[in-house]
Amino acid sequence: MARTQGLRAIIALLSGALFGAGLVVSGMTDPAKVRGFLDLFGAWDPTLVFVMGGAVAVMAVAWRRAARMDLAATGDPMPGPPPARLDARLFVGSMLFGLGWGLAGYCPGPAAASLLTGGIGILVFVAAMLAGMRAARWLA
Amino acid sequence: MPTDWMLGLLGGLMIGAAAAAFLFGVGQVMGASGLIAGLLSPASAGPDRRIERIAFVVGLVAMPALLVHLGPAQGFAPLVGWPVLILAGLLVGFGSRVANGCTSGHGVCGVSRLAPRGIAATATYIAFGVVGVLVARWAGWA
Repeated sequence: MARTQGLRAIIALLSGALFGAGLVVSGMTDPAKVRGFLDLFGAWDPTLVFVMGGAVAVMAVAWRRAARMDLAATGDPMPGPPPARLDARLFVGSMLFGLGWGLAGYCPGPAAASLLTGGIGILVFVAAMLAGMRAARWLA
Repeated sequence: MPTDWMLGLLGGLMIGAAAAAFLFGVGQVMGASGLIAGLLSPASAGPDRRIERIAFVVGLVAMPALLVHLGPAQGFAPLVGWPVLILAGLLVGFGSRVANGCTSGHGVCGVSRLAPRGIAATATYIAFGVVGVLVARWAGWA
């Protein structure tokens, strides 16, 4: 049991570190590049297309492999098939999330990745983001 | 000299590899908003999931800081002022939890398995991201 917990912590730590490194390398910690992608009516920046394309390509292969796996390395069950139900929460939540993403150029991953390097402004953003996450629990 | 799109693709492959490691390793979808929000409600999951979320967020926060402070990477500050950061942060945090996912969970992990919810969410938040940029420009928020 303790061994599984150690393995779990190491896998999650390395995944988070690789995710953070990928965000830095890809330029996605630069809010100007993110907003450049969303700026269809200005100076459009296609970088995010390549970031998404690379990440989705790797994961498309990974999901095919995952379908043949019974258990993860820690012994946890693999995720079941994705739910098909499209509800109002999905659309309304994604609308609000998208608006905020376009306003500041940050989504949760890059905001966390910038936490110690983006000055006080990013601390303000992350504090507000956590408050928004907390507020969403009242809806549940 | 690598161009922006080459670095974007390389970084994207790294993000995909991180999500694959998380999936194969702990059997979970790597969604940043869910993992971060999980830290706010430790009671919502067992001790296993708590360790997972803390370790993931520590790696996600620490690695970019190491790359910027010890390596060649550049850190970036926000483009907009505090009032806009507060509004945007509230929208990003609230919206991603209501939709149960963000760019990593719905985008990277959902679209890649052709999940209907992932595709619908991604199309929606990109469309409204475009609106967000237009609103910011119209309001003079850079």
